[in-house]
Order: sequence, then C-alpha cells, then structure tokens
Amino acid sequence: MQINKIYIPPGQPGSIVSLKEVYGNFIGGKFVPPVKGQYMDDISPTTGKPFTKVAKSTQEDVDLALDAAHAAKEKWGEILPLSERAKVLNKIADAMEANEEMLAVAESWENGKPVRETLNVDIPMAIDHFRYFAGATRMLEGSITEIDKDTLAYHIHEPLGVVGQIVPFNFPILLASWKIAPALAAGNCTVVKPASPTPWSLLKVMEVINDVVPPGVINVVTGPGAEIGKALATSPRIAKIAFTGETVTGRLIMQYAAQNIIPATLELGGKSPNIFFEDVLDKDDDFMRKAVEGFVMYAFNKGEVCTCPSRALIQKSIYDKFMAKAIESIKKIKQGNPLDTNTMIGPQVSMQQIHKISSYIDIGKQEGAELIIGGEKAQFPGDLAGGYFFKPTIFKGENNMRIFQEEIFGPVVAVTTFEDENDAIRIANDTLYGLGAGVWSRDGTRAYRVSRAIKAGRVWINCYHAYPAGASFGGYKISGVGRETHRMALEHYTQTKSMLVSYSEKPFGFF
Amino acid sequence: MDQQEQGSEQTPSVVATAAALEAISQLLKGHSKGIAFFQSGGCCDNSAPMCFEEGEMIVGKVDRLVGMVSGCPYYIDFRQYETYRNSQIILDVEDGEADGFSLPAGVEGKHFITRTKICARNASGSHNV
Repeated sequence: MQINKIYIPPGQPGSIVSLKEVYGNFIGGKFVPPVKGQYMDDISPTTGKPFTKVAKSTQEDVDLALDAAHAAKEKWGEILPLSERAKVLNKIADAMEANEEMLAVAESWENGKPVRETLNVDIPMAIDHFRYFAGATRMLEGSITEIDKDTLAYHIHEPLGVVGQIVPFNFPILLASWKIAPALAAGNCTVVKPASPTPWSLLKVMEVINDVVPPGVINVVTGPGAEIGKALATSPRIAKIAFTGETVTGRLIMQYAAQNIIPATLELGGKSPNIFFEDVLDKDDDFMRKAVEGFVMYAFNKGEVCTCPSRALIQKSIYDKFMAKAIESIKKIKQGNPLDTNTMIGPQVSMQQIHKISSYIDIGKQEGAELIIGGEKAQFPGDLAGGYFFKPTIFKGENNMRIFQEEIFGPVVAVTTFEDENDAIRIANDTLYGLGAGVWSRDGTRAYRVSRAIKAGRVWINCYHAYPAGASFGGYKISGVGRETHRMALEHYTQTKSMLVSYSEKPFGFF
Repeated sequence: MDQQEQGSEQTPSVVATAAALEAISQLLKGHSKGIAFFQSGGCCDNSAPMCFEEGEMIVGKVDRLVGMVSGCPYYIDFRQYETYRNSQIILDVEDGEADGFSLPAGVEGKHFITRTKICARNASGSHNV
C-alpha cells in the first residue's frame, strides 16, 4: 500500500488521469456522440462540482449499442475458439493492470471511495475477475448422459447472444467486471448501463481495453435510468438482463423480463447482521483486534456496500467492553479527500444519498435509538466544502426499528445485543433480506452452526468484506436472484442444447 | 390494497409537502393515465420513493396502499408495511436527478424524497403525532 500520497484530481495539471470535456457512448469499439446530442454533468462527490460531461442517451443510442452487439455476437460466441475468447479476457485484465493506478484514481474521484480502497481492492479485484473468468472460459464443458448403450444425450452450453447489464454506483468498475466477465466468458456480447452518478470511470476502462476487445462485444451507454435503463431492460433484443440496485427497480426489471420471457438476475441489497460472540474477547490478541476491525467494516466504502454489516449483534456479556474498543477505533477513522492515501472514508456518492442517510438519522432518533457517535454531515474547508461527507455513525436500539430493518447505504451501523446463540440467530434472520452476514467466534463448531442457521447467501466467518472470485455471491429472500463471482454465474449466461443421438440402426418399430 | 385492516392497529400513512403537490401536478399534465408511487428499499438508491406512470409497475398482491397523495396512490410492499407501521411518510422534493427508473419530481433535476414522522401510540391506540 502506498503511503502519504495525495493524487491530483483527474484533468488537473500533473494528474495521472486524462480528462475530456465530454464523453460519448462506447459503441462498436468507438466513442460516439449521443444521437440527440445531449450530455449530462458528472459530479465529483468530493467537491460537489461537475468535472466532466457524459452522454445523456436516449432509446436511439441503446438501439445503436444493440445493433453493434448483435453484429458482433456470432463471431464472438460461435466462431472464435475458446482459447481466443479467454485470451481477450486476459488481455482486458492486462490492459487494466497496466493502468491500475490511473483507474483507481479515476474511480475514487467519481465515486468518492478512498483511493486506498480502489488501489488495493476495487481495481485489483476487477482485474482478477477477468482472469478468473478467462480460466472459466477454458473450463466450459458440457456433459454426456448415456441414455442407453446406443443413445447419448450431449449437453452443450451455448451463449444467449446479447445481454443487458445494469451496474450500480457503489463499485462502478468492480461490479461492472462482475457482470461483464461472465457474460463474455460464456460467449455473449453485452450492452452495459453504468449508474447515473458514476458513468465515467467505466468509460475510462473502455479507453484502456478498446484495443484488445473486438468491436461490439462490450458496449457502454450512459444516461438516466428512466430513459435508457428502461429502454435496455424492455428491449426485445436482449436475451437476459442483470441488475444490481433497489427492490422496486428490481421488480420492474423482472416485470419487463417477464414480458420478453427472458431470465433476469438481480442483486437487491441487504441488511446484513454481523454477530460477535463473547469469546472474541477471551484474549487480547490479533483475533480480538480483527473482530473489532470486523465491526468497523461498516465504514468500508462509506457504507455504500450491498453487504454493509449495518446490523451489529453483540453478546450482552461483552457489549460494554467490545463497544469501547470499537468506538476507539472509529474515532481514529480519517475522513476527507479520497485521493489522499491516508483517507479511510470519503464522501457519499451523491447529494441524494446524503438526503437519505440524514432521513434515517432522523428516523433513528424519533424511534428512540441511542445515537452513540456521529449522526451528522462532516464539513471540510476549501475545495472539499461542497463535498457529500457524512460522519461514521453508531446507533444502539432494537431490531424492530426501521434503522435495523432498512438499508441506509451510508456509514451507519445499528447495534443491539443478544443473550445466547438462539437469540442471535433469531435476530439475524428477522429481516426481509438475506445477502450477507458475519459470524465471529473462536469456537469453530458454533460458528459453523450459526452460519448454517442464517438465511443469507454469503456468511463470512471470522472475516468480512472479502469478495474473491471463486466464492459465490448472491441473495436469499428479497435480496435477489442468481449468483455472481463464481463460475456458476456462467449458468445465468448460457442455455443448454441437448443433442439426443441414436447410434443404433434398428427401426423404432411403431409404424 | 386498501386500508380496511387499519382498525386500532397502527398503519403507515402518507402526506405531501407543497413542493411535492406541485411536482405531482406538473407530472399529471404529461401523464394523463396518472402516476403512482412505490416505496423502495435495499441496495444503492434504497428508500427512494419511486414514481411511475400509472400502470408502468403492475400492482400486485404484495402491494399495500399506504394512502393517496393528490389522487395518486402510494404503495408499499407488504413485507415493508410492518416496519413502517409507526411511520407517517412525508413526500417532499429535493434537487438532484431521480433514482432508478423513477420519473423526476415534476421537472428534470428534481427528485422525490421522503421524510418521516414517527408516530408514538397513546393509551387509546390512536396516533399521537
């Protein structure tokens, strides 16, 4: 990890990130202006000021992107040998790696996430994701069922064709990679819509990978969700739609997919419990410090994570002692310019998010929850004065409060206590969601038991916020449908051809 | 789909600020079918009140009507309904683009938000706002 470095914002003299005044859509391997010529501001959450403009696209632009993807799909999915397809994915990874620092600074500036996270997590993991799926491409295998000695069923995985993918704002590059890599690995071409607050950093990725990706295989169209998100999701020219975001849009996406009779995969967030059993404090050792850090993980990426450990469940017997350590750690969080490598928490992605977080602080107070720390916007002087900063916040309350039941998507944790194992499981599962959970204990048997009892797609045991390719990710309950970050995701991007072949020459004997 | 079940139990309700009423009246000029609100939740845009032309989102068995604002329905998923039982949703407008696939609050660059009044329950069971 680099230390004591403050990167210069994109486009400013000396910055490692070049910046144009306007960015068109990335369609068919070229940056093309939007058909209607409209652009929208991209705002840096650090300053609250626009730093560039991207296409404010319309239906016509989505159509062009779909044209390009359909023109490319046959060669990409049916003609190119798997080895060549894998090579492209590896080359994408190589090109991103060659520009790792630049992409990290770009994403940090657009999203507000601290550059120490983009340098060490977002971009390296995005790169690794392409490599993982490059490997998965080579492992694409069908199966053969021997129906009888002379009759075989060959199962072959074929690409869907052209898919639509809608990416959220919290990990503009990493979550785009989570979606694009399996789609391409399975032989599909894609039209991607980045989130409205963070369209530009993915376009920077397109700049660096443009030379290594065949035109039309990846297309990126920017603009408002109501216009182009809908245009993409409702298009009869997509064979599958993938979406990460909130529940109402998730439902709309499924409704549109139902009209087209195509599959939809959805990741819709959570209210993840992070459970600390009393034995974490049995010793004053590294594990104890790891557990305390595990609690503070709610401030990672300013809490803008679908699996933010936003409900902490602490065994009553250790509550005071554990919280004292946690609060001490939270007080040391350095907030400020995300381009400073010492910064641990940057600004929230947009003013809209500040409105929502503030609203939940108000709700928490009205519900009678105890505000332990934070609970207000953070102000910084100079260029940062217009930034969307919010202080890391802890509430103590009861699990039936709204701040325990709803995703706040900010650096806010709601803490409560539990008596015993059964109580912990009951509280953990008392939620509409089931995306992530954390279990902390020195007793491996108990940790296993509790993890199996929690209704969530990902349970971290004695760790949190790790998302390696190779471990599946996805939700139970209303947290969504489908799995990512594992080669099982290829099942969402392929369809199965069953060829039933008779090697017998004997007639059927019916007619 | 209705508020029949209210009885003495607490149920969520919705009111709109003058700015929200103005935004709704603007939207109704361009959407003759009417508009409907759906309370969202979850990742990213989380609790945004999503506003669509009436019929865009199919109202299903999962939807509960919280109330009407300017003649427009405000729905919430039955699974969220219980969590919101003490809440009076105050629909308002702020600067910024609309979230998700939502219509803007009347004009571009404005979006609907919610504020909340938590209603305590007094001995008689009625709302004590």
